[in-house]
Amino acid sequence: MIINHPLLGPRDAAEFVHLGDASLIDRPNWQAEDAAAQFLDYAYMRDNPAGELRELWYHEQGDRSWLVVTRNTLTHEISSVELARDVALARGRDR
Amino acid sequence: MSQSNRIDGGLIDRSQTLSFTFNGKAMQGHPGDTLASALLANGQRLVGRSFKYHRPRGIFTAGSEEPNALVQLRKGAHQEPNTRATTVELFRGLEATSQNHRGSLNFDIMAANDLLAPWLSAGFYYKTFMWPKAFWEKVYEPFIRASAGLGALSKVEDPDTYDKGFLHCDLLVIGAGPAGLSAALAAGRSGARVILADEDFTPGGRLNAETLEVDGMAGSGWAAEAITELASMDNVRIMPRATVYGAYDHGIYGALERMTDHLANADGKPRQVLWRIYSKRALLTAGATERPIAFPMNDRPGVMLAGAVRAYANRFGVAPGKRVAVFTNNDDGWRTATDLAAKGVEITAVIDTRETDAQASIPRASIVMGGRVVDTAGRKGLTSITLANGQTIPTDCLAVSGGWSPNVHLTCHQRGRPGWREDIAAFVPSGDLPPGMSVAGAANGTLTLSAALNEGRAQANEAVKDLGFAASRKAPPKAEDEARETSAFWHVAEGKRRAWLDLQNDVTVKDVKQSHAEGFRSVEHLKRYTTLGMATDQGKTANIPALAIMAEQTGKTIPETGTTIFRPPYTPVPIGALAGRSRGKDFRPYRLTPSHKWAEENGATFVETGNWLRAQWFARPGEQGWRDSVDREVEMTRASVGICDVTTLGKIDIQGRDAAEFLNKIYANGFAKLPVGKVRYGLMLREDGICYDDGTTARLAENHFVMTTTTANAVLVFRRMEFARQCLWPNLDVHMISVTDGWAQYAVAGPNSRKLLAKIVDDFDISNDVFPFMGCAELTVCGGTPARLFRISFSGELAYEIAVPARYGRCDDPGADAGGRGIRRDPLWHRSAWRDADRKGPRGG
Repeated sequence: MIINHPLLGPRDAAEFVHLGDASLIDRPNWQAEDAAAQFLDYAYMRDNPAGELRELWYHEQGDRSWLVVTRNTLTHEISSVELARDVALARGRDR
Repeated sequence: MSQSNRIDGGLIDRSQTLSFTFNGKAMQGHPGDTLASALLANGQRLVGRSFKYHRPRGIFTAGSEEPNALVQLRKGAHQEPNTRATTVELFRGLEATSQNHRGSLNFDIMAANDLLAPWLSAGFYYKTFMWPKAFWEKVYEPFIRASAGLGALSKVEDPDTYDKGFLHCDLLVIGAGPAGLSAALAAGRSGARVILADEDFTPGGRLNAETLEVDGMAGSGWAAEAITELASMDNVRIMPRATVYGAYDHGIYGALERMTDHLANADGKPRQVLWRIYSKRALLTAGATERPIAFPMNDRPGVMLAGAVRAYANRFGVAPGKRVAVFTNNDDGWRTATDLAAKGVEITAVIDTRETDAQASIPRASIVMGGRVVDTAGRKGLTSITLANGQTIPTDCLAVSGGWSPNVHLTCHQRGRPGWREDIAAFVPSGDLPPGMSVAGAANGTLTLSAALNEGRAQANEAVKDLGFAASRKAPPKAEDEARETSAFWHVAEGKRRAWLDLQNDVTVKDVKQSHAEGFRSVEHLKRYTTLGMATDQGKTANIPALAIMAEQTGKTIPETGTTIFRPPYTPVPIGALAGRSRGKDFRPYRLTPSHKWAEENGATFVETGNWLRAQWFARPGEQGWRDSVDREVEMTRASVGICDVTTLGKIDIQGRDAAEFLNKIYANGFAKLPVGKVRYGLMLREDGICYDDGTTARLAENHFVMTTTTANAVLVFRRMEFARQCLWPNLDVHMISVTDGWAQYAVAGPNSRKLLAKIVDDFDISNDVFPFMGCAELTVCGGTPARLFRISFSGELAYEIAVPARYGRCDDPGADAGGRGIRRDPLWHRSAWRDADRKGPRGG
């Protein structure tokens, strides 16, 4: 596969490490009242869709960017690649 | 034996003679021959034994689809089993042997299986090797293992080297037949970067095997001229002997190039190269594969595909038989009769299953329209055939044509399914192609020459225009379209004897019928129950006729029955090529610490930790085992001082205004208030609360920390920290880099450690008052070498860790360099002190 890195252009998937569902960005607030339940979901529960999936890839043999890659799990078509930091900021993650 | 079957013509160089041996017998051929054509030229019809019944078998095809003629090449460590004689390029001194027989090729004792054939049909294994259970391991498994496999491995290490390579292009053209050459010319002229790959050693595809003309010259001559023109273009790379074996995601193709297989001696060059080709567009022009007709006793040496017989005559100057008969269901088969007759080979009969007019008149040949071959004779080579009308025709070579199947394989590697075309009775690529791929020529069902040339050019022009190049206006090559009418005739129903479909795995028409009768009706079940198409040839010639017979049984159409899934590789890829250089110690290279050489010279025993080799203990003369060495090292450390290379621990440099806050978040214990000049032990947890990693982190300055991690987890911890920095707390001002390799670090432990270090530090007070427990500092040692000193202990003793830039850490004797003469010192066995440390202090990793 080829991942079109937003900063570096097309790179072979072999340069990356795959982590999985990009929902890992949405780490729960540990001070929330139902933090235990939220962390159970966060740590263990994943969707496994046949189709489009937003997932995290780490450019370990490159610039060490974490990316959010939207990939169709049936065709491997990649429809978008974003810097995970931008996604995290857009989702309201702060410090 | 002289080359008794050699005839005039062909693309071989008769000015040179190449000697080779088959089963020890000396034979001769010429440059341009394959092993198969040379064997046929020497009159060798029997070349192997079938897998299950050990039936005598001969050469069946002239290409990579060969199911029968599998031979073993070379000797000793270079021995290579299961090569297809039809693709092996002849070289001087080639040693080939037949395989899969006990006793000689002529007298194989395993041929007794053939007599047991009535009991060895489909599902035999599943039904037989069931009871009693006690037999599974002791009787059945040894028996099955002894019968399994074809050729034999050398059982010594492969002495050849294999490489991997990466190529990029605008257009990858797969196959250098008429469509491929026409396409490569068009794309090359447009200026696009083109790769033209072909599995053969002489590009041209069927043009080399036929007598068809292009641009008023022999097709093979036109192909050679096209290659000359392509070779003159800087933007075109021609890759003969390169099989594109798989279509992968995003325009990436796998190719195996055979670099030195055709040479007697590789001379140190890599034997094969596994290419990963990145293409913007790909054009599949892989041609078509002829398929047989199943009829009783159709497996004898001398029964061959009609197109192959023609290829041997036209390209290699070999007549596969003295008296050749043709059995066909289509027009194309007739050209074998006319081509060979024109070369003076006797054609005894042409049998066409169709009730139409004869396509040609062949002198002295019986023409039988609406004919069927219902039996054959000749134990180790065909001697005669018997027709449904009772006529027996003496013949030593029967050329069979059941029509041509486009090589759709690569179009299906991403789950595409081929569609059925009734007019050519074949599966063709459907619209569901891998992105970026198009198909032209026979691979697309465009079986006639002129149409294939035009389609190749048109598809290439479309691809390059798509990429922004101006298509060449040069006219397409001129040729005619030959007659290619065909009929859907798959097997001869008359006759009681076995009719083979899959020659390599010995699957017969009866097996397919039995599979249906026993309920295995899906093609995928049929395949697995009968082993149809599961041999090394993957059923390239066998699958379609078998599907047709399954369709007849179920009352469905062939497209309703469907094909099994095509998967890479198109032809076998050696494990050696997949491994490339990553074998032996290069499979997982070691990382060595700066003191490695010194440790080696001083009797260290090493242990693998992650990729690192770490000194475990240092044996001294007279010590009776590891325990003696370890005890001495522990005692030495407890009594005086020990030194241990701890470079392998992960080191991460962390800087930024929010570095302290960041560490506070990723460690389970607090770091925000760690004073400058202090070290703290830190513990990391997984999100589910289970311990993940630990180490120490030193605060060198307000916004500058150095973290250590465990050796094996260093990469993972760094990855996780980057995740935390970028994805969880993206607004923290913090940056980090791995400096594991940047610093050589030694632990110095024991009551004399301070005394030892005092001798190397430059103007730095390391007294307990100024530099207390858990202190850290940047300083210089040995007259100006930058260093970092940490007062941390994992042994319970007074201890330090000292780090210097890695290039200063490489020393013959760390103790001597440290100026420690006069103080008793000894390398500290990494674990031994800690084993002993429970009573004194904390443990760590």
